Amino acid sequence: MKNKILIILLILFFSFCFFVLFKSLQGSSIYVPEKKQDRQLSEFVSEDLLNKKKITSEEIFQGSDYYVLNIWASWCAPCRKEHPQLMELAKNSSIKLIGLNYKDDPKKAKDFLNKLGNPFSIIITDKTGIISIEFGGYGIPETFLISKDKKIIKTFIGELNDESIKQINSIVK
Amino acid sequence: MKKLKIFLILFFILNFFSISLAEKNDQLKIKISKNLRCVVCQGQSIYDSQSDFAVSIKLLINNKIDDGLSEAEIYEFLKDKYGEWIIYDTSFNKKTFILWGLPVLLFFLGGAIILKKIVFRRT
Repeated sequence: MKNKILIILLILFFSFCFFVLFKSLQGSSIYVPEKKQDRQLSEFVSEDLLNKKKITSEEIFQGSDYYVLNIWASWCAPCRKEHPQLMELAKNSSIKLIGLNYKDDPKKAKDFLNKLGNPFSIIITDKTGIISIEFGGYGIPETFLISKDKKIIKTFIGELNDESIKQINSIVK
Repeated sequence: MKKLKIFLILFFILNFFSISLAEKNDQLKIKISKNLRCVVCQGQSIYDSQSDFAVSIKLLINNKIDDGLSEAEIYEFLKDKYGEWIIYDTSFNKKTFILWGLPVLLFFLGGAIILKKIVFRRT
């Protein structure tokens, strides 16, 4: 009787382990940061890529109901791929498109924009990567939809696609 | 001569304090970066990793310590940005109670089984 209970318990234990591991195999192995809705932005100071003037977050996030902040760099291949999507997004007048140039050579960044077009209303630089941490970013490209009261509504990790543009436009309208 | 002596004593005392403070801060930076997970690497702490993300986080830790933030405040800041997962030594809450409670439960369960076996053998 005791042996039977032990066997049943062992079977249950191994079934549980199998189930947990099997479920884990189906999940993505890429870590996605916990999505904290309506996270308030911290204040920061950066530099304008084009005129090299100091600019505060207060000055960056003003004059629009919605802001889309895109983290990009000239050395990032997926950024080149998503650029047409950003050019498309720039047509939406309800959005202020902000570029965050991440750990990049300013000359190369300007060449990148001259070649592919500049969709951004303003481009700030992040030479050390600390500003992207303020947004909770962990890689590039990454895009954040930010509300008027400086809260992050949605985060798009990786390059933007047609679906993400649709999502942004449906929220902004 | 007396003034020079006082100046030298003060100079050495101040130097000693600034060196010990810098050393203390360095140890704190290492402690914090060892307790943070590199979210873009596999199985590495911020301290071990040389990824872009880890380098930026290390710099951020330096800045925050220089700004006078405590260890707990730095963890809180990063938890707000990246969630509880970024910290290896997680706090006890409703999301982590299994993580903290299960080893204790298994320990007592194992202990009870061993104890029972010993008592059973004696009788």
